[in-house]
Amino acid sequence: MSGYDLDFSSVPGALPFLWTGMKVTLRITVTAILAGIAWGTVLALFRLSGNRVLSAFSAGYVDTFRSIPLIMVLLWFFLLVPAALEKLLNIPRHADTRLTSAMVAFALFQAAYYAEIIRAGIQSVSRGQLFAALALGMTGWKAMRLVVLPQAFRAMTPLLLTQSVILFQDTSLVYVSALTDFFGAAYKVGDRDGRLVEMLLFAGAVYFAGSFAASRLVRHLQRRLAR
Amino acid sequence: MPYHWRWDVFLEPAPAGGTTYLGWMLAGLRMTVGLSLASWLLAFGLGSVMGVLRTVPNRLLSALAAAYVEVFRNVPLLVQLFLWYFVAPELVPIRAGTWFKQLAPNTQLFLSAMLCLAFFTGARICEQVRAGIQSLARGQRSAGLALGLSLAQTYRFVLVPQAFRIIVPPLTSEILNLFKNSAVASTIGLLELAAMGRQLVDYTAQPYESFIAVTALYLGVNVLILLLMRGVERRSRLKGTLGAGGVASQ
Repeated sequence: MSGYDLDFSSVPGALPFLWTGMKVTLRITVTAILAGIAWGTVLALFRLSGNRVLSAFSAGYVDTFRSIPLIMVLLWFFLLVPAALEKLLNIPRHADTRLTSAMVAFALFQAAYYAEIIRAGIQSVSRGQLFAALALGMTGWKAMRLVVLPQAFRAMTPLLLTQSVILFQDTSLVYVSALTDFFGAAYKVGDRDGRLVEMLLFAGAVYFAGSFAASRLVRHLQRRLAR
Repeated sequence: MPYHWRWDVFLEPAPAGGTTYLGWMLAGLRMTVGLSLASWLLAFGLGSVMGVLRTVPNRLLSALAAAYVEVFRNVPLLVQLFLWYFVAPELVPIRAGTWFKQLAPNTQLFLSAMLCLAFFTGARICEQVRAGIQSLARGQRSAGLALGLSLAQTYRFVLVPQAFRIIVPPLTSEILNLFKNSAVASTIGLLELAAMGRQLVDYTAQPYESFIAVTALYLGVNVLILLLMRGVERRSRLKGTLGAGGVASQ
């Protein structure tokens, strides 16, 4: 038997604070999903463009981000973004730019992972679709936008969503900047009340419930798309 | 104020350990590599066993392995690490908890990080092994059993060896992921590469040099693992599959 008495009584009182943390987590997640998919699409198109410079840039970008630990990427952005903001927008360096830095870092990092999924999705569309669109007189860009991309996105939605669930979990790493996301909030409450064990278990359970439900939904969607 | 680059900062003596800052960096690299190797061995064993269990004709065992995968895939790695380090020692039987808490602080950190990475990566290897076994022709299992092999022998001599050779490429990316994920150990205070980078920033106030050096070391080891595994992939290809190049070369 363990000698520890679990006592979850400090959880209910902490819920409003945890919810403010969860809002930070969700803001970072949603921004990174939207910006990451947009930039990832551009990177995928660069890669497939047939232009040597653009395709080399895209390959270099994707490979670099995928070879560096996310924690290092975050540390880099917490260093670089404030310096850049000061130079470009004259925002003082001591202003709290951690949330902005986190959003930028996750968006640019995730874009590298989304780009590979989107590239595979585009390549899975049959060639005839593109040829038919061109034969109908569409320009290359129009054919891509109206014919190829919609089909590609339909096929890769499950993978993009799975990657987004991983992103949701990974946002907890903003812990390195002491930004109070959901995990940071749970840790602070637990530390304050001397109930770290219970708060960490609670945080784990919440992440599990969210990710598990989302993965189930993705699987359901996948089955429907396959039909 | 313009940034003042000072690359010779690495050759200055560090305040502890009787070495230079470069020495600190290399100590961090050794820790990262040691942690990754130890975790990989454990993860590989655990993932293989669980992957086999997921495919055996026993409801209870395969459900157990499936539950393992779901739990360890749906909780963030950082949360898992904190659970191993702060929570597990409290919830295990008193004697085990006391034993753990009496270990040297660095050993506690290393063990927690190792178990965390092993169980996290093991869940992913489990899925690869399961996919590998399920991708084999059904006849392989039937043939093994028809030859009079027991189920265990069929796995040991027929299914598992083939499955492993099929999944070498995805296992390569799991090794790379594990190596990158090991940086999470810096959050509990294990002095591996990323943590050394942050410590260097604190001591030298030269953030760019420190981060560039750490990033370069991560990239370097990454490339090294890739080259090594490409060799393994070439040697382990299953004859008669498309991966063996038989179709293209004929």
